[in-house]
Amino acid sequence: MNNSVGNTARLLGAGLRALLVLTVICGVIYPLAVTGVAQALFNDKANGSEIKDGGKVVGSELIGQRYDLPLKKGQETPEPDLKWFQPRPSNGLGTNSVNTQYKLILSGATNLAGDSGSKKTKDGKEVCDPKAQEGLCAQVLAARDAVIKDNQTADYKVKPSDIPAEAVTSSGSGLDPHISPKYADLQAHRVADRNGLDVKQVEKLVDDHTDGRILGFMGEPRVNVLKLNIALKHLVAEKG
Amino acid sequence: MSPVLAGVLQLLALVAALALAYRPLGDYMAGVYSSDKHLRVEKWIYKGIGANPNTEMRWPAYLRGVLAFSAMSVLFLYLLQRLQGSLPGSLGFQAIDPDQAFNTAASFVANTNWQSYSGEQAMGHVVQTGGLAVQNFVSAAVGIAVAVALVRGFARSRTGELGNFWSDLVRGVVRILIPISVIGAIVLVACGAIQNFSGIHGVGQFMGGEQQWNGGAVASQEVIKELGTNGGGYFNANSAHPFENPNPLSNLFEIFLILVIPFALTRTFGKMVGSVKQGYAILATMATIWLGFVALMMWTEFHHGGPAFDLAGGAMEGKETRFGISASAIFSVSTTLTSTGAVNSFHSSNTGFGGGINLLGMQLGEIAPGGVGSGLYGMLIMAIIAVFIAGLMVGRTPEYLGKKIGTREIKLAACYILVTPALVLGFTSASMAMDTPKNSMTNSGAHGFSEILYAFTSGANNNGSAFAGLTADTQWFNTTIGLAMLLGRFLPMVFVLALAGSLAEQKPIPATAGTLRTEKPLFTGLLVGTIMIITGLTYFPALALGPLAEGLAS
Repeated sequence: MNNSVGNTARLLGAGLRALLVLTVICGVIYPLAVTGVAQALFNDKANGSEIKDGGKVVGSELIGQRYDLPLKKGQETPEPDLKWFQPRPSNGLGTNSVNTQYKLILSGATNLAGDSGSKKTKDGKEVCDPKAQEGLCAQVLAARDAVIKDNQTADYKVKPSDIPAEAVTSSGSGLDPHISPKYADLQAHRVADRNGLDVKQVEKLVDDHTDGRILGFMGEPRVNVLKLNIALKHLVAEKG
Repeated sequence: MSPVLAGVLQLLALVAALALAYRPLGDYMAGVYSSDKHLRVEKWIYKGIGANPNTEMRWPAYLRGVLAFSAMSVLFLYLLQRLQGSLPGSLGFQAIDPDQAFNTAASFVANTNWQSYSGEQAMGHVVQTGGLAVQNFVSAAVGIAVAVALVRGFARSRTGELGNFWSDLVRGVVRILIPISVIGAIVLVACGAIQNFSGIHGVGQFMGGEQQWNGGAVASQEVIKELGTNGGGYFNANSAHPFENPNPLSNLFEIFLILVIPFALTRTFGKMVGSVKQGYAILATMATIWLGFVALMMWTEFHHGGPAFDLAGGAMEGKETRFGISASAIFSVSTTLTSTGAVNSFHSSNTGFGGGINLLGMQLGEIAPGGVGSGLYGMLIMAIIAVFIAGLMVGRTPEYLGKKIGTREIKLAACYILVTPALVLGFTSASMAMDTPKNSMTNSGAHGFSEILYAFTSGANNNGSAFAGLTADTQWFNTTIGLAMLLGRFLPMVFVLALAGSLAEQKPIPATAGTLRTEKPLFTGLLVGTIMIITGLTYFPALALGPLAEGLAS
């Protein structure tokens, strides 16, 4: 009996020592070595691909941000500043709830099902209730109405069929820095109108800032909203 | 170019890259586990452990090594989280609550990486990099070690010796996982993944004000998270977060990392049992299921059935613009058919059938190609069941790779395939029968049931992905899923090692005209069929209540 207790203790001791040695290799030496190389070779990227404009950091190329008007009295959510290109909805983005000394961005998705907020029709099909108050149906409806309302100008009307899917849905991270070229083109009319620019000029700006698929086939074509808005700001400044 | 065509091309590029890596990596790994030379650094490590790497172990000794090492790992990781508040480099993050610390420790040691916490607001540098990321390496190495022990069981005769656990563990880390990770991490940083120790800091914004970000050793953890089929994200959004997976190239590279070792291990297996064709038959089985699932997933996600997706004009909820539908579909299938569980899109917002495909992928036992090591041993167990069924049909004693599959072997294989379904269905039923666990659901109806079914499927199969609407940070879920992960990882390993021991003791029987040729396409077909039928019979009722009900209604 004593012998088997002794054996077990010896074995657990070996397990602990193995763990500690491997922790030094995989948890200390390896990450430090990789950090050293990364910082030396790709300093900019290793630190978050920050973008500067006029000498000031205005965000990261990789992390989406909001382009809203300042919060007015009595408002809970700010209104979008329609002078600027708008990103995708980010209804899954969380607020920091554990370590509240920080105001961290808490990445995340809505995790809502495609049939949340739907109702059954007479023939048993699930469809979105046009008056849905909750679930993904309500979020998509609200986003679609906002896209239609915000983007119409005197000589441009938005048809629901023109709106790409990503414009009315939240991304996986809530921090998607991109929109599709189709959504950017849709916004070009409004942006031109609000900034006193020609639509053609703004459309060209979108074209210039569209990234194609990598090597022609990887991923999807996309427009980086922050880079586009910085370019827009410069264009407006030149005009003014 | 249409998104579908771009998706097909990405799939082809992925297959080409995997095919290129298959032989060199598979042969290299066979060499690693067959060589009797030790590197100098390995000798230092053995000295530190106090173990002789040349001692051959029979299966009980090998198992004791696995269990002792894993038990100490759970304890160490638990304490690290409980003491987080007092550790340096913790960014002011406090100790993790006991139930969540148990769940997380069990999760990372069991190669599951289910996360009931949000990385960026719970874990500091020390726990992430010195605790969680370390388990990403060693839990993967343990998985490969057990698979190699089973392969040795087939390859060896009239002994009972399966190799040395410490040597297999250390070699897996030092010779396989670390070198690939170093290169992979640099590639990810070159794509834009972050790698720093800047902690939490503010960054200016276009409209003024600032965003607060969490810095960290992300790329170095991301690469082993995929390569070791672990899946625990540095950030809450996992591989959908731009700092973990910045562009479409890094995305495809991460899918490659997930799949490369599990597929290449079939070559290692073939080499070690002396017939690479046997490895090809297993590879063909894995590849058939994986490709079939990718095709189904692409179809359902592009078809976007579901009221809200119909309204939006596409199933882009929970998906990133840079990846789109196809690169998200390939990732989801690859992560659920292995034991990875990393996500680049959120499975809860898949179409009804898409969610079902993810569930079914895990319920197959994660064997196509499966987790590192666990995929191979899981598939070999299914192969034993398949030759047994074939043997029953023709009335012959079944044999596989020159070993007789007798009563003892079949009993062990049967125990193996019963463990996870018992855990999944048992815990899911218990949760549904009780009052409070159901309050954790975000969605109602069939999808709400799927959230709970998914949680236990993911836990018991050591996947770690989630229908993340489920509020899993409750005492009930932290405890039950924690238990499901530990039992779902280590009970099957007991049966695998016992089986390996019993095979290694046998003397080989020569193949005759009546032997089932297990290296032929006929056997691959039989194996695919066996896997589908066993899983279908086990899980169909549960799937019908969840994803099938949701998918058929829209």
